[in-house]
Amino acid sequence: MISLKVNGRNFSLDMDPDTPLLWALRDELDMTGTKFGCGIGMCGACTVHVGGRATRACITFIRDVEGAEVTTIEGLDPQGNHPVQEAWRNLRVPQCGYCQSGQIMQAAALLRDIPDPGDDDIDAVMTGNLCRCMTYPRIRNAVREAATVMKGN
Amino acid sequence: MPKTQGAILAPDLTRRGFLVAMSAAGAAFGFPRVSGAAQIFATSEGGSSSSDQLFEPSLWYTIDGEGRVNVNITRAEMGQHIGTALARILADELGADWEDVQITYVDHEKKWGGAPTAGSRSVWSLWSVYRQAGAAGRMALTQAAAQKWGIAPEACTTEAGMVTGGGNSIAFAVLVAEGLSRSFTQDEVKAVPLKPHSDFRLIGRDVAALDINDKTTGRALYGLDAKVDDMVYAVPLIPPTRQGSKVISIDDSEAKGQRGYLRTIDLQDPSGIVPGIVVVVGETLMAAKWASELVTVEWEAGETGTVSEDDIQGLSRELIADESKGTLLDTGNFDTKPAFDAAAEVVEAEYTTSTVLHFALEPMNATAFVNDAGQYEIHAGSQWPALMTGWVERALGVGPGTVTMRTYMLGGGFGRRVFGDYVVAAALTTKSLGGTPVKLVFFREDDSLIDCPRSPSVQKLRLALDAERKITAMDHNAAAGWPSYTVRTEADMAKGIDDKPYDTAGISGADHWYDVGAHRIRAIANHLASQTVRAGFLRSIAPGWINFAVESFMDEVAHKLGVDPVDFRLAHLRPEGRNAGEAPHSVGGADRQAAVLRRVAELSGYGRSDLGPDTAIGIASTYGQEREMPTWNGTAVQLRVDRESGQVEVQKLWMVIDCGTVIDPDGARAQCEGAVLWGLSMALYEGTSIESGQVYDRNLDTYTPLRMIDTPELQIELVESTEAPVGLGEPGVTGVAPAVANAIYNAVGIRMRHLPMTPEMITEAL
Repeated sequence: MISLKVNGRNFSLDMDPDTPLLWALRDELDMTGTKFGCGIGMCGACTVHVGGRATRACITFIRDVEGAEVTTIEGLDPQGNHPVQEAWRNLRVPQCGYCQSGQIMQAAALLRDIPDPGDDDIDAVMTGNLCRCMTYPRIRNAVREAATVMKGN
Repeated sequence: MPKTQGAILAPDLTRRGFLVAMSAAGAAFGFPRVSGAAQIFATSEGGSSSSDQLFEPSLWYTIDGEGRVNVNITRAEMGQHIGTALARILADELGADWEDVQITYVDHEKKWGGAPTAGSRSVWSLWSVYRQAGAAGRMALTQAAAQKWGIAPEACTTEAGMVTGGGNSIAFAVLVAEGLSRSFTQDEVKAVPLKPHSDFRLIGRDVAALDINDKTTGRALYGLDAKVDDMVYAVPLIPPTRQGSKVISIDDSEAKGQRGYLRTIDLQDPSGIVPGIVVVVGETLMAAKWASELVTVEWEAGETGTVSEDDIQGLSRELIADESKGTLLDTGNFDTKPAFDAAAEVVEAEYTTSTVLHFALEPMNATAFVNDAGQYEIHAGSQWPALMTGWVERALGVGPGTVTMRTYMLGGGFGRRVFGDYVVAAALTTKSLGGTPVKLVFFREDDSLIDCPRSPSVQKLRLALDAERKITAMDHNAAAGWPSYTVRTEADMAKGIDDKPYDTAGISGADHWYDVGAHRIRAIANHLASQTVRAGFLRSIAPGWINFAVESFMDEVAHKLGVDPVDFRLAHLRPEGRNAGEAPHSVGGADRQAAVLRRVAELSGYGRSDLGPDTAIGIASTYGQEREMPTWNGTAVQLRVDRESGQVEVQKLWMVIDCGTVIDPDGARAQCEGAVLWGLSMALYEGTSIESGQVYDRNLDTYTPLRMIDTPELQIELVESTEAPVGLGEPGVTGVAPAVANAIYNAVGIRMRHLPMTPEMITEAL
């Protein structure tokens, strides 16, 4: 059994310890907001927070996160109103939306690390997250807007 | 058999945001969740409907006794916010209060028409349908109110969910609650007068698309999120060739040691959609995946096991050289021979493009099972559920009505989810499992291997100039795998000269609006491309690569003649003859293309000389997707070429689009943003090749679509218009690659004639 703490709740999983965290979240815990894109950590659709760090769940084994605090899009904010999520809605970022959980989780981690990011910071960090609909201009603006709101708070 | 909930409104439906028949939000550990596929989005909060009264003026919508307007959406949602656009059209004609509107994505039943969501055709094809439906409801409501008040119906109007007239007003809700029950025949609906543009209250006004909220919280459900009680998982083993492979033997003895491994199945598809695919089934997805790595399959490969990109391109060149091949399009005057024979000068160029992957971020997947009613039920994202349902019936050998599809949000469509192989494979898997629910997931590399990529292409263009250096004729030869072979036969294709078939999806864009005298267009199918990779429809389809040739060539000719390329184009955009345009969709013709071209030149500062070394602006102009639904496009790109590395730094991109009436301005802008960046990605960053019968690049380690760091500043302008709306999802792609090539020429004097334009090719050319 592997013990996981996800979004503040404890779970015991009877799964192979080499199972990627992504599939434990999606198929065992029914947290399907975290998405599968490439399986090699290069698209960012599966981004969650482990101990506050943006982490690619598709290449992270559950045995390696035992006991760590995992946060998914479902747990980023209880009402789904994290400033990053609000900025995403205000600027109407999503198109197909499939990558956006990962984008939002990556952006939330970015703003915790760098509360006042420059454009180069945003590009450097967010460029690891592929958006096949190419909503990049809106993502860039939404990160800026969320940063402004979070500084105000 | 598992219990499932149908794709209908759940009785406890609340109006909060995005609702699914069974909510993911209530999921707890170990609690099996059943996903219904009902995708219902509402505009505002509110209680559940307690009204039994339902007014259904046509199949497109209902109004209930509380005034709620439910609009049925027959197109797939894949990021284009189509439900919002269509509902705005209907609600505006009806005079509904937007806060009362919800949209329901319906399934594949015949009554919805069975059309695919593809080709940027949804608004173009449904604009009149949804307007007339809304207007019919307005007529019924005003007639009922007028009768009540003893006044003429013409004295009544609707707005914001109310009928007013003669000093009275009454809510739609009241009229429906009182039992309004009029319905209309198709002919009656068509006769109802429509509002003038000046009376629109929703069309053209800002709105937040209804599907956006739940795409920021993880609640939106895609095919991969489907879950059914007692579901098992499967992953495929992909045969060495896309077609014609046969399984010789399967050895799963090693896999039997894998915990959770269940079995391996040779799908043996009698319909030929998924020949040679083997699936490995497990209790969990990873059990299936790990087991699949321990299964050994021996295949007899099909005929294309050694085919390379060079073979395909070589064949295209041979086909182009053989004048007996291909189909000539009826351009009015296609006999170019006299002009070429008499020409003082002939300009000629060849343009080529590489294979391009869809790489929809949600890999192909489908969940299938036999439900309590004995029907095969498929849960998946799909651009063409009506077609796929028929395919599944054939593959399973079952009769009509035995297969039903529940469609979900698409984690990207881009033309890939037109082709239903992933759905057929899932259906055959559950059949082998006796109806047990199974979710079949193509991991990324498998998804790439079974992609229906954009075919590699070769185009040869020729142009005849007379002694006065005027254009007298143009020849355009284009060879590629025709996408429509994936979904139809030649009998159902367009017909050219001598009634020969051709695929518009393999040539649209060539039949441009420039006056070039005699115009000969030859569309040539490269069957080797189709056979090898099932070349398919990819965002912007033919115009995505045809225009690279047309608009690069126009630029080349202008430079050769010593004329400014924009002036040169404008001189040949004359709204005369067949380029005059026709009502309703191409009113204005070539004049409208000239207008967006002029405007984008002005907006971008084209022609300025202060941009710095190796830096320039390039221009292109297209008509979007099809002659019968032109979306007029002017595109400009400013870039700098690094002579050392061959890297292209794209600094800014401008696009002016005239798509007729704009329904949802911000949604329209979003489609344009995504489309131009797709165009940029295919111009500079992405492309693969076919090696040994398969695509070479299969994941992001080597396949490199545009990322944020490559994203330039965009400026997009939508022309204000009251003309009939055309398409927007794809046309923005079409001008970017030639504008980039033209800018590179302007910056450093080299002519790039292949996509993608890689730094290696640029340094070599320099």
